[in-house]
Amino acid sequence: MEGLYSGETMGPMPVKFSIQQLSTFYGSVQALRSLSMDVATNRILGVIGPAGSGKTSFLRTLNRLNDLLPDFRVEGRVLLDGSDIYGPDTDPVLLRRRIGMVFAMPVPLPMSIYENLVYGPKLTGIRDYQRLGEIVEKSLRAAYLWDEVKDRLNLPALRLSGGQQQRLCLARTLALGPEVILLDEPSSGLDPISTARIEEALAELKSSYTIILVTNNTKQASRVADETAFFLMGELVEIGPTEKIFTAPGDSRTEDYVTGRFG
Amino acid sequence: MIRIGEKTVQRLLMAAAFSAIGGLLLIALFIFKEGLSFFIETGFRRFLFADVWDPQSGLYGIFPMLVASLWVTLGAMLLGAPLGISVAVFLVEFVPRSVMRVVKPTIELLAGIPSVVYGFIGVMVLAPFIRSTFGGPGLSLLAASFILGVMILPTIISISVDAITAVPASYREGSFALGATRWQTVRMVVLKAARSGIIASVILGMGRAVGETMAVIMVAGNAVKIPHSALDSVRTLTANIALEMGYATGRHREALFATGIVLFVVIMILNTAAGVMVRKRVSGKKG
Amino acid sequence: MRLSPRLTQAFVVSLLGLATAVTLVILIFVIVFILRKGLPAIDMEFLFTKPQDMGRAGGILPTIVASVLLPLIAVAIAAPLGVSTAVYLTEYTRESRVTRLIRFGADCLAGIPSILFGLFGFIFFVTILQMGWSLLSGGLTLALMILPTIIRTTEEAIRAVPNSYREVSTSLGATRFRTTAKVVLPNALPGIVTGIMLGVGRSIGETAAVIFTAGSSLRMPSSIFDSARTMSVHFYILAREGLSSEKAYGTAAVLIISVLAVNMVAYGLMNRFIRKRS
Repeated sequence: MEGLYSGETMGPMPVKFSIQQLSTFYGSVQALRSLSMDVATNRILGVIGPAGSGKTSFLRTLNRLNDLLPDFRVEGRVLLDGSDIYGPDTDPVLLRRRIGMVFAMPVPLPMSIYENLVYGPKLTGIRDYQRLGEIVEKSLRAAYLWDEVKDRLNLPALRLSGGQQQRLCLARTLALGPEVILLDEPSSGLDPISTARIEEALAELKSSYTIILVTNNTKQASRVADETAFFLMGELVEIGPTEKIFTAPGDSRTEDYVTGRFG
Repeated sequence: MIRIGEKTVQRLLMAAAFSAIGGLLLIALFIFKEGLSFFIETGFRRFLFADVWDPQSGLYGIFPMLVASLWVTLGAMLLGAPLGISVAVFLVEFVPRSVMRVVKPTIELLAGIPSVVYGFIGVMVLAPFIRSTFGGPGLSLLAASFILGVMILPTIISISVDAITAVPASYREGSFALGATRWQTVRMVVLKAARSGIIASVILGMGRAVGETMAVIMVAGNAVKIPHSALDSVRTLTANIALEMGYATGRHREALFATGIVLFVVIMILNTAAGVMVRKRVSGKKG
Repeated sequence: MRLSPRLTQAFVVSLLGLATAVTLVILIFVIVFILRKGLPAIDMEFLFTKPQDMGRAGGILPTIVASVLLPLIAVAIAAPLGVSTAVYLTEYTRESRVTRLIRFGADCLAGIPSILFGLFGFIFFVTILQMGWSLLSGGLTLALMILPTIIRTTEEAIRAVPNSYREVSTSLGATRFRTTAKVVLPNALPGIVTGIMLGVGRSIGETAAVIFTAGSSLRMPSSIFDSARTMSVHFYILAREGLSSEKAYGTAAVLIISVLAVNMVAYGLMNRFIRKRS
């Protein structure tokens, strides 16, 4: 396990994802270009970069959501706890239960709050009402939403406000009991207060989950990420402790971006 | 229990997906099986172009029916096509969208009126009118054409409206900007852009007219002879099949299935033509 | 002499408007004419008793029953096939020669005249498979006839389900089948029901395909293997053989009301569906 990141502000952590020369293609268009990096366990990795830099494509490669696209192709390896998620023995359905995802725009399924939350657990075969109830409460509390919705779990999820919907989506992901949480610009459509709520929840969650946060908002990365990776046109320019990336980046392009000179 | 065999599901769905084309092939297979040998034995020309149909004496020439179907369909198109296209243009270009949203579904709703009802109206209202105004038996080529023309209106209107609506607003704006009136824009730009969709609607309407049976039986009079005027009683291919199928046996029945083959081929040609037109419209929109 | 563009336009627009008015008047006349002549013939006795003397007297109860049973059988067969086809086309495969072939088949099937369905049903179901003139033969024939409509509308309804729902469900560890069953189909349901209702409407009104497959027995059917006469067939026979114009009008009125009601439900659902989506 070479290539472990070990910074000055933290001790070495076990590697969750080891990404080796990862390239992805949509038909003839290449999205990621030979990416290699490690993602540490129980840390928040912020991924920043201008639009079209491949951040979202990167996330969707990690939980194999890109498999839904007919002409998607991947090269290189993505190891989760040492085994290749694109290997022949990996079942993408089981993989996705270990890797939760929160999308840019909140997408509550058109059913009640409760049904949204138990959707994942029920798929894994949990049928016991009491057990489901516990999962619902625990996930809602972790997403800082419990107090707001505990009396109206049967309300259609679409009736919640945008910020509540996004926290519901986070709770829905947590209810899966995943090891990794992928967040794709989770606060792009939210007001500052809702954003703060989400960030608060994330800080709390990193003790038990590995979190990868893609964000357009460099300030958000600097606030919540332990490490930050900077993507540009499908390439990984630089990865390092967040503080270093924002104060003493190793690459001039990173510096230009974080200081707002472009992007 | 979590994965109910995704592969199995996919295979089952795929099997079901072939039901439509399977049904089509079955229909073709059995109609050809019953009629093809007769068709071949009698000979292409003697079947299609002989003008005596007399099953009792073993004479099976469908030329009079062929001519009747042709005239009835042409007559229906003469009424249905201009009227239907006019309505479509009017609804899309000259009335507020809210009015169209009421009128178009109303017209489509009327497409659901059973053909026997149209036929009945033809018998009770149209035929007596034709008899007293123009003479002749009333139940005639003219009556059949008129009823069919009305019956295909919903098809033509509905598909034409879709075709005209699909013309990008930018085309119209470009023309207005050059000082054209709405009608000039419609005539020179919109109709041109929507042409293949409109043609497809007319072809599909034609297919309906050729294939319609019950309404035609009721109003066309059903005499087996080549018509000399629009007021003559005629029998179409479809009417011939439906009228005699109930009691036909042996060669006679085979002759009816052979008539079915002719009908099947005509319809497939029309469908394919309409399909080509629709695809042209789709690819034209992209380009 | 050349008219000014404005005058030409005024002239043309009045012509087009006239065409539209004529069309609406004709179509509405058909309905009003039948209802005005037919409604007086309808009473409880007409609806709930058996016909007598070949339909010259009495009611039309067996034909109403047949007109309910036959579409039900057709839908019970066509709906699972049609919905499966649409699911396969949209969720389980990508555009290819195979999907084009399937769509081509459905389009062609939609264009086949009902008399050919009748011929086929007569030779295949009634004769070769020895089902005889029966509700089952008729139902199977009608099922083939309405299959394209159900495929088309279901496919459109499924395509209208936002892709994000599929992504979310997949990201939560659902298989394609679960995603389809739990998220896609429930959200496409109104569209699917529309397709089915249109199929029911068409089945009720159909005559040519039914008369050669379900037959025209006036007795009350007691099983799906019995021959039965639907309202359309009954109306056709009454009208053609001049048995009773009063009963014919009455039957036509009931027929039209049922078909229009079914289609109205179908279009109503479709409109609500479209409005919900946009």
